[in-house]
Amino acid sequence: MPQIKMSTDKLNVYYGESHALRDVTTQIRAHAVTALIGPSGCGKSTFLKTLNRMNDLEDAVRMEGKVYLDGEDIYGAQMDVMQLRRRVGMVFQQPNPFPMSIYDNIAYGPRVHGIKSRERLDDIVERSLRQAAVWEEIKKQLYKPAMGLSGGQKQRLCIARALAVEPEVLLMDEPTSALDPVSTLKVEELLGELKRKYTIVIVTHNMQQAARVSDDTAFFLMGEVVEAGATERLFSHPANQKTRNYITGKFG
Amino acid sequence: MMRTLKDDVLLCLIYLAAFFAEFLLIGILVYVFVKGFPQMSLYFLTTVTSIRQGTVGIAGNLVNTVYLVALTLLIAVPIGIGAAIYLNEYAKPGRAVRLLLFTTETLSGIPSVIFGLFGMVFFGMTLGLGYSILTGALTLSLMVLPLITRNTQEALKTVPESYRSGALSMGAGKWYMIRTILLPSAMPGIVTGVILAISRILGESAALLFTAGSGYFLPRSFGGWFHKIVESGGTLTIQLYLSMTKAQYDVAFGIAVVLLCMVWCMNLLTKVLARKFGVDMSAATGERQM
Repeated sequence: MPQIKMSTDKLNVYYGESHALRDVTTQIRAHAVTALIGPSGCGKSTFLKTLNRMNDLEDAVRMEGKVYLDGEDIYGAQMDVMQLRRRVGMVFQQPNPFPMSIYDNIAYGPRVHGIKSRERLDDIVERSLRQAAVWEEIKKQLYKPAMGLSGGQKQRLCIARALAVEPEVLLMDEPTSALDPVSTLKVEELLGELKRKYTIVIVTHNMQQAARVSDDTAFFLMGEVVEAGATERLFSHPANQKTRNYITGKFG
Repeated sequence: MMRTLKDDVLLCLIYLAAFFAEFLLIGILVYVFVKGFPQMSLYFLTTVTSIRQGTVGIAGNLVNTVYLVALTLLIAVPIGIGAAIYLNEYAKPGRAVRLLLFTTETLSGIPSVIFGLFGMVFFGMTLGLGYSILTGALTLSLMVLPLITRNTQEALKTVPESYRSGALSMGAGKWYMIRTILLPSAMPGIVTGVILAISRILGESAALLFTAGSGYFLPRSFGGWFHKIVESGGTLTIQLYLSMTKAQYDVAFGIAVVLLCMVWCMNLLTKVLARKFGVDMSAATGERQM
């Protein structure tokens, strides 16, 4: 029985009048890559943002239901949101390095959480960049502005930055949609490595990508999870007609 | 043929207009420098005017100007930046914010003599600060606050949303994010606002005449340098105005040259900073390397 890292129970999210997520009850396995697929506006990004409470930042968002991390209700009163976001990191669609050096980008998170020692930061920077498979390419320019990197390098830098605080779960919101095919491939290869240490949830528009990189897949449509399960099974024998139509490209 | 003739005439007029505008400006500058330069000397800059000793100098006014600039910035910069951060990062859009924005914009359009009137009555009389550099600085703070607030706010608006979410997604608190990401990124705008404020202070006279007064002595003791804040002190522009009323045109032109040089320096500084920030944003941001 695989361990469940995160789960949601009857999750409903409203943006003002619109009902963005409907009764989403789902489970995310530890040390697996879970892909969230579905057409634009189906709620998969909204769902992702409920997992580290980034939805809190938006006005007019209302939420019902429960989200659990290791069995703990993350919307509970005793939950420290900053600690939650340290444990559940995030990589965004557009690479968003800060306008500072590569080193300071990686060290940002650890510094937030109070690490000041230069040696420790040095270690963290190297380890994170290695984990994100970008160390060899940029190790000689650690003190140069991160803005000077290529798009693919920037995104791997952002992955490294998220890893620097040693999260348990890594949320990725279409992390390769702004990248070229070669960079995309590098990030995809990286996921296979990272899942040994982390639990990964990735939103993707690209069904081939979901099939290539994920262990589990959840198919979202109009704010509902139509079907979820092992990727291999879901893509070869979809149980639901809508899922079949979507993955065979009949709509979406 | 008609067409080209008309064009030529218009072109001529445009050239004439441009030449006239340029010529007037350069003419004024040259005139001021020619009249004022003979006054320029170390003696003029470092002595205080005294009838008893028969000296004429603007040292006191120079010091007053520096005091007033420093004190005004000390008051207005934190409040201005704080207001901008509140308006841009914390306030929920609504009536209160609109009112605050409206007030900020209106404040920047008010003739400075009205600030002077208010400053004299409120700070000077009601609060009992009298004619003093502090009264002047408080009055000017109100005047330059919109400059600093608006420029900081515009700069904050241009910081990409993705920086904010990036920092917050790593567990940074909102204030930590503002301090480490937003303010460094907004620094060019903040600096622009501050420099505009300094230029405004340097050039101000109407708002100061009845608030900061016209004292021109240098402090005599060490404690006097602190006490100076609550004493009357005229800036260079005030002294220029007073010299004119006393028909001491030599002194007036001398002060004018000093003021022009200061304004020129401020402009130069703006350009240098703009270039520095423009070329290498990262040098001005981020945590300092050890």
